[in-house]
Amino acid sequence: MSNRQKAHIRFTLNGEETEVAFAPHKTLLEVLREDLSLTGTKHGCELGECGTCAVLVDGRSVLSCLMLGLDAEDRRVETVEGMATEDGLHPLQETFADTGAAQCGYCTPGFLLVARELLAQNASPTRDEIKEALSGNLCRCTGYIKIYEAVELAAARMRGEADAALPEESIYGCK
Amino acid sequence: MAASEENAERGAAGKLKVNGAGAADGRDLKVVGRPFRKVDARSKCVGETRFADDITLPRMLVCKMLRSPEPHALIKSIDTSKAAALPGVLAVITGKDLPIPYGILPVSQDEHPLCVERVRFVGDPVAAVAAVDEDTAFDAMNLIEVEYERLQSITSIEEAVGIDEPRIHDYGDHGNVHKKVHLEFGDLEEGFAEADLIREDVFFYEGNTHLPMEQHAAVAHFDSDDKLTIWSSTQTPHYVHRALAKTLEMPAAHVRVIATPNGGGFGGKSDPFNHEIVVAKLSMLTRRPVKITLTREEVFYCHRGRHPVLMKSRIGVKKDGSITALDFHSFLDGGAYGSYGVASTFYTGALQTVTYDVPRYRFRGLRAFTNKPPCGPKRGHGTPQPRFGLEVQLDKVAEQLGLDPAEMRLKHLVEPYSVTANYLRVGSMGLGKCIEKVVEGSGWKNKFRQLPYGRGVGVACSSYICGAGLPIYWNNMPHSGVQLRLDRQGGVCVQCGSTDIGQGSDSVLAYVVAEVLGIDPFDIRVVTADTDLTPVDLGSYSSRVTLMTGNAALQAAERARELLTMAVSEKLGVPVENLSFADRRVFDVENPETGVTFAEAVVLAESKYGTIGTVGSYVPPRSPGKFKGAGVGPSPAYSYSAAVAEVEVDAETGIVTVEKIWIGHDIGRSINPMLVMGQVEGSVYMGLGEALMEEMIYRANRNVVHKFPSLLEYKSPTTMEMCDVVTYLIEDPDPNGPYGAKEVGQGPLLPVMPAVANAVYDAVGVRVDEVPITPEKILSALRAKAKGDEPRYGPASIPEVSWPDPLKVLTPAEGGDGKEMPRVAVHS
Repeated sequence: MSNRQKAHIRFTLNGEETEVAFAPHKTLLEVLREDLSLTGTKHGCELGECGTCAVLVDGRSVLSCLMLGLDAEDRRVETVEGMATEDGLHPLQETFADTGAAQCGYCTPGFLLVARELLAQNASPTRDEIKEALSGNLCRCTGYIKIYEAVELAAARMRGEADAALPEESIYGCK
Repeated sequence: MAASEENAERGAAGKLKVNGAGAADGRDLKVVGRPFRKVDARSKCVGETRFADDITLPRMLVCKMLRSPEPHALIKSIDTSKAAALPGVLAVITGKDLPIPYGILPVSQDEHPLCVERVRFVGDPVAAVAAVDEDTAFDAMNLIEVEYERLQSITSIEEAVGIDEPRIHDYGDHGNVHKKVHLEFGDLEEGFAEADLIREDVFFYEGNTHLPMEQHAAVAHFDSDDKLTIWSSTQTPHYVHRALAKTLEMPAAHVRVIATPNGGGFGGKSDPFNHEIVVAKLSMLTRRPVKITLTREEVFYCHRGRHPVLMKSRIGVKKDGSITALDFHSFLDGGAYGSYGVASTFYTGALQTVTYDVPRYRFRGLRAFTNKPPCGPKRGHGTPQPRFGLEVQLDKVAEQLGLDPAEMRLKHLVEPYSVTANYLRVGSMGLGKCIEKVVEGSGWKNKFRQLPYGRGVGVACSSYICGAGLPIYWNNMPHSGVQLRLDRQGGVCVQCGSTDIGQGSDSVLAYVVAEVLGIDPFDIRVVTADTDLTPVDLGSYSSRVTLMTGNAALQAAERARELLTMAVSEKLGVPVENLSFADRRVFDVENPETGVTFAEAVVLAESKYGTIGTVGSYVPPRSPGKFKGAGVGPSPAYSYSAAVAEVEVDAETGIVTVEKIWIGHDIGRSINPMLVMGQVEGSVYMGLGEALMEEMIYRANRNVVHKFPSLLEYKSPTTMEMCDVVTYLIEDPDPNGPYGAKEVGQGPLLPVMPAVANAVYDAVGVRVDEVPITPEKILSALRAKAKGDEPRYGPASIPEVSWPDPLKVLTPAEGGDGKEMPRVAVHS
């Protein structure tokens, strides 16, 4: 059993002022999941290899398995649990759900946050820009295609194109 | 129930009955065939879905398992005293605490939760601790002292067939040969005598692993009423249930297994695992909940992935490319335990016959034990390897005969609704349309053998089962059960033992029930994969779930509909045949305003019959094959796929870039086309990884340790490697599928690897008869070509082994009845 004293930090988590105490060697991933019970952030390797644990820190995507919880002090951290608002799901969450971009759903939170960072910087990313932005996130289910389509659809809706929809061939295949 | 069955068009063979294909009242399908989002999709996108590691219970302990650093050794002693004395450690166990063996197949109960006497691969667990937190458990694990006596390691198929002692297991055919099979269908000599061309080719398919993003995790709680509950990321809660009851010596009725949503499975969570049994035992000892979450490295040790397979295929063909005989050998490197391996062995010889007509067929298969993590079922289970060999060989055949390989395949397809030489009953068969679509869409005719050096196209086809025709434990009970409960406020709860591994099986249950009852799929509460609450479904393997649970759900829903129909008919005075279910109403089709709401219909039925609950179950049709070994391969239906790959090969570096894959998949009918598309794209992705980069390899000279048990170094395609995919869905409803549906989770992976290999040949004129097709293999083949040697990279031969006498079966064309011929004593 660890005899070390717990560390104690304050930071902004999903827009709320948060205090938490934890063993000082814990990563931000562990603090979020184990000390704050926010299990929406997932882990795939805990070595910074798969992107599954990505969160936003001051608006930039960070692998929470590689960041010490202590380093979150006074920072602004956003996890998947903070994406939806009183108005409903974030457009990315909606399009990921509606297009089948989340199959098993395990890598989904990481993809959502990295995609959110991308769309904050680039409202109209090309397919290649999306691929590049998401290249650090592994997904074993989708072949990434439905994920690209979900990001493109969310981007369109966030630009105000309310009628944007998936092309027919993405849903039914080519004729 | 006849009321919702309808004949569906099936072309030449006339009209066949398709389960549930539209209602008798002729209304259109409202749910089936439409791209609804999955019923659990939003939870997955907001972080609400609770995977196994997301579960935390009060007073929960953390488990760590100590694993062997030796590939093959006797355990001389284990000293756990220092670990047990560490403050915060509640229990330490070893093999002697769990002496009863288990395994997924009844014929290979060869695993122990913790090794007893002997370790068989680096990663085999020998002891486990439960402690108050992960750090303490980790420290305690490192205080356990194990003394090993090293044994010779068996590291390859060649070693396994050549070295009989030491034996890795004391069962199996002999030495380190786990299983040998030899099946012969028809007169091979006659077949080869009829051939205009006979080819013999040798192929190797390297092993690879599932690599689910979620590491396996399990939480066990043995409560004060002596009931055990375990939450686990498993694809097969029913088999975990059996293994727990057996190894813990508990009545199964006291054990509850809840499969949490799987964060990816692909077959890798289909075995009962040692860690599941270990946490259960630790919870029983400590009377506290115990959790284990495997590290990524440990997930590589669990494995049960693709078997490395060495193959030799001898094929006889006529000038038009029709096959006269096929003689196939496969050698599987099974790793350290049985797992599904006996089934895997048969699968490497089962489905060669269901795509193109193979009138005479012989299969010899051998599975070896080696000191490596055990292999088992990965997406396509035992069929991608022979399919790779066969499809590359056919490419060579077509070239030798001067035929277009796509046209050659198209000409010799298996007849729909026929029985193959090895007694597989083929139903609907849309492969021809798949080939036509990908040939047309890819511009094949203007590309094949016509692109500039360095660019090429390749074609390949495949087929896969829609559920294993026989259960793992042979019995006459259903393979899938569904229970439906309707409540008086209009709620519908569908309960089924099936496990959603991301493919959307929970949603399929809701879609089918909603279709029959005329309600919205999002009105339905789906409860699955809980052995206390749900009827048995055998599990999410063998691409069985849509077909089997779909049919069981259809039956349960039709039975509920019948009760509601009778109650409403009585109330409204409308004949039962005039009542329709749609838009959450039950109404008179001739006078639609006459009707009741769905909830009112339930009240009427409950008032008349009492509590409304119905069940449905599904048993696959009997297979025509009656010989020993006929249990693997039969299925209620077969899906079909065809793919064209276009590649660029850099002859300087050997790097292959797959630019685009056109794939046609015969789905029978899409229950939800958007989810079908996702499965096709995901299958192409996983096939691409197998084709180009994924491999489970070991340092044979350095203790048989895994070369790179990490997500970084085990190469898998990122967004930067994934190709464009053009998908065509071919709908040819199968009479055995719910609404005609067939599988899509595994089949579309199969043609990808050979299509890429054939495209590489088209691009640079060298054959890589081995998967993965890595740059160094291409460069090696290009160097051979430059020197004037055979322009090829691949294995030269298969080991010389003795085979048992063949089990001979006359083919249907020879008048066979599916039974084996009496063996004739051979006198020398």
